[in-house]
This record gives sequence, C-alpha cells and structure tokens, in this order.
Amino acid sequence: MDKVQIVSVVISLAILLGVFELVRNGRLREAYSVLWICTAIVMICISVFHQIIDKFGAMAGIGSSATVLFLLAFIFLILINIQFSLIISVLTERNKLLMQEMAILGQRIEELENKTELS
Amino acid sequence: MTNPRSDTLVIIPAYNEGGKIAGIIAKIKSLGIGLDVAVVDDGSKDDTVSKAKDAGAVVLPLPGNLGYGGALQTGFRYALQNGYSYAVQIDADGQHEPTYIKDLLSPVKAGMADVSLGSRFMGLGDYKPTFARAMGIKLFGGIASAIIGRKVTDPTTGFQALNRDVIRFYASDTYPVDFPDADVLIMLHRAGLRSIEVPVMMYPRTEGTSMHSGLKPLYYIFKMMLSILVTLMRKNAFRKG
Repeated sequence: MDKVQIVSVVISLAILLGVFELVRNGRLREAYSVLWICTAIVMICISVFHQIIDKFGAMAGIGSSATVLFLLAFIFLILINIQFSLIISVLTERNKLLMQEMAILGQRIEELENKTELS
Repeated sequence: MTNPRSDTLVIIPAYNEGGKIAGIIAKIKSLGIGLDVAVVDDGSKDDTVSKAKDAGAVVLPLPGNLGYGGALQTGFRYALQNGYSYAVQIDADGQHEPTYIKDLLSPVKAGMADVSLGSRFMGLGDYKPTFARAMGIKLFGGIASAIIGRKVTDPTTGFQALNRDVIRFYASDTYPVDFPDADVLIMLHRAGLRSIEVPVMMYPRTEGTSMHSGLKPLYYIFKMMLSILVTLMRKNAFRKG
C-alpha cells in the first residue's frame, strides 16, 4: 500500500466509525445512516483496491481516475440531497397536520371551557 | 364532536385582517340563512382573533403562519370532523362579496353540482386583472377547460361552495396547499366531482399585497404546470361518498 491508500483508508474508516457512533448514541437515526455507511464502505473498498477506479473509468470512457472519484462523490452528494428533500417533504406534511389539528383542538378546548363556565 | 347549529359552515382563512374580518362576518350573519362561520387565524399578529370572536365566529387558531391553502384546509378538516354537510370558502380581505354566498350554495344544495365556483368574469362587476394576471388566468383557464370539458373562466377563484364529498376531498392529503388553484379544478374532475361556475362580483384589493406578488408568479406558473401534470399522471384514489 502506498501513502495515498493509507491516508484514504484511515479517512474512510474514521467516517464509518463516526457514523456508527452517531447511530449508537442516538443522534442519527438508523434509517438515515444507510447512505453514509454504504458510502464509507465503498470508499474503503476503493482505497484498498484502487484498480476498481481505473476499471470503472475505462468502462465509462473516463481517462483520469481523479475524474472518476469526483464523479462518484458527486453522485453520492446528489443522492443524499434527494434523500434530504424527501425527508423535508414528509416533515413539512406532518408539521402542517400538527398545526391544523392544534388549531382545531384549541377551538375545542375553548368551547369546552366556555361550557363548564356556564354550567 | 360538537353538534353544529347549522348544516353549512362558512370558512374564512385570515391573516392580519383585524380591520375587515368583523364586517365580513356581520355581512354573512345578516344574510339570514343560518350559516355558521369559522375563521381560521393563520398566526395573525393583530387583533383578528378577538375581532372575529366578538363578531360571533368560531376561531381556529393556528400556532403559526401556515399559508393560505393550509389555513383553508384547517377549516375543511374542522367541517368534516363536526359533521357539516356544506361549506363555503370566502377570503377575508374583502375581495369577495358575501351576498353571493346564496347564489353559490343553491346549485350545490339542489344537487346540480358538488362544488360551485364564483367567477368574476361572467358579467358581474368590472374586475380588471393586471396584464400578467390576465395571461395566467387565460393560460390555466384554457388548460383546465380542455381537460374538464367545460368552460373555465376563473381558475383562480377562492370563492366557492361545496358539499360533503368535496369537503372530504379538500381535507385529504392530496389537496395542494401551496396555491390551491387550477390544479384543484382538474383534481376535482379526476375524482369524479362535478363543478360549475357561478357569476359573482369581486372587488379589487384595497390594501395589503396579493399572494401573487414579487417572484411568486414564476413559481406559481411552474408549480401549477407540474401540479397539473402529476395530477393527470396519478391514479384517482378518491371514492365519492
């Protein structure tokens, strides 16, 4: 293994352990850690067997292995952003429902309070 | 569940309309057809809530600003939960003339349509939209007309009367809360709900800014196109009651 490989393996392992730690202490939900863990594992594989990148580059017709790496990183970032948008949409919908039900319950409470005052 | 005093609920979404809300509620009450009024307060910072209560309306206080469509839907959910058979939606900013509630309700109560839409372009009043607005109305009116197979003169109307089927539909998750508009007309059609247009008079807005201002028209056109497209691609999951 040359220096670059060692550095990238260390960084990838750190990311993997970091994500595990976040899940373990409950700050990151399992469901949202999947993409991160997959990425870290892919990064480790690529670091150890860097021929994968050259093979992939040849397959896709990309000459430089740096370009292949950037492409992979870019695809990952797009995926993670789509996942974020999905989560935000779900949260917005739930938030809307909560606010609406809160308004309806607020009115109901006031109505019941008025009734008890009268009786 | 409370027992509604009337079978019809008038829903008024309001945001900082303390100056006008009491007048509109009084006008609705003075129609003398026994309508219940619910004001959905969209997180107003003025005295909208107290003014509406004093005027005899039920107030649904949202804990923050949810936006027009979300506020409106709160009213539909309330109507659904409290067993109302009919609902009317009217704006709080004074653009809609409450007198026409009767005209809107009668075809719905007679069973001629599931929802009646107040149109300002059927001869009543002299409402003149700005050029950009007129183009938008033409464009989406045209698209809606072509899909529904009936002339749609005013696709952006927020003055409507509807029966329980449509209350249920508007209270569901598919209701587009960003800008309920031409896409809603197409959704109604796809859900097998019948809509008609009824001539009403609308006044130009006297104060405050329209929700269609700034960069929003661009977003509006984009959102409406996308919403119509996905509506047409979606399977209809709504079953008429």
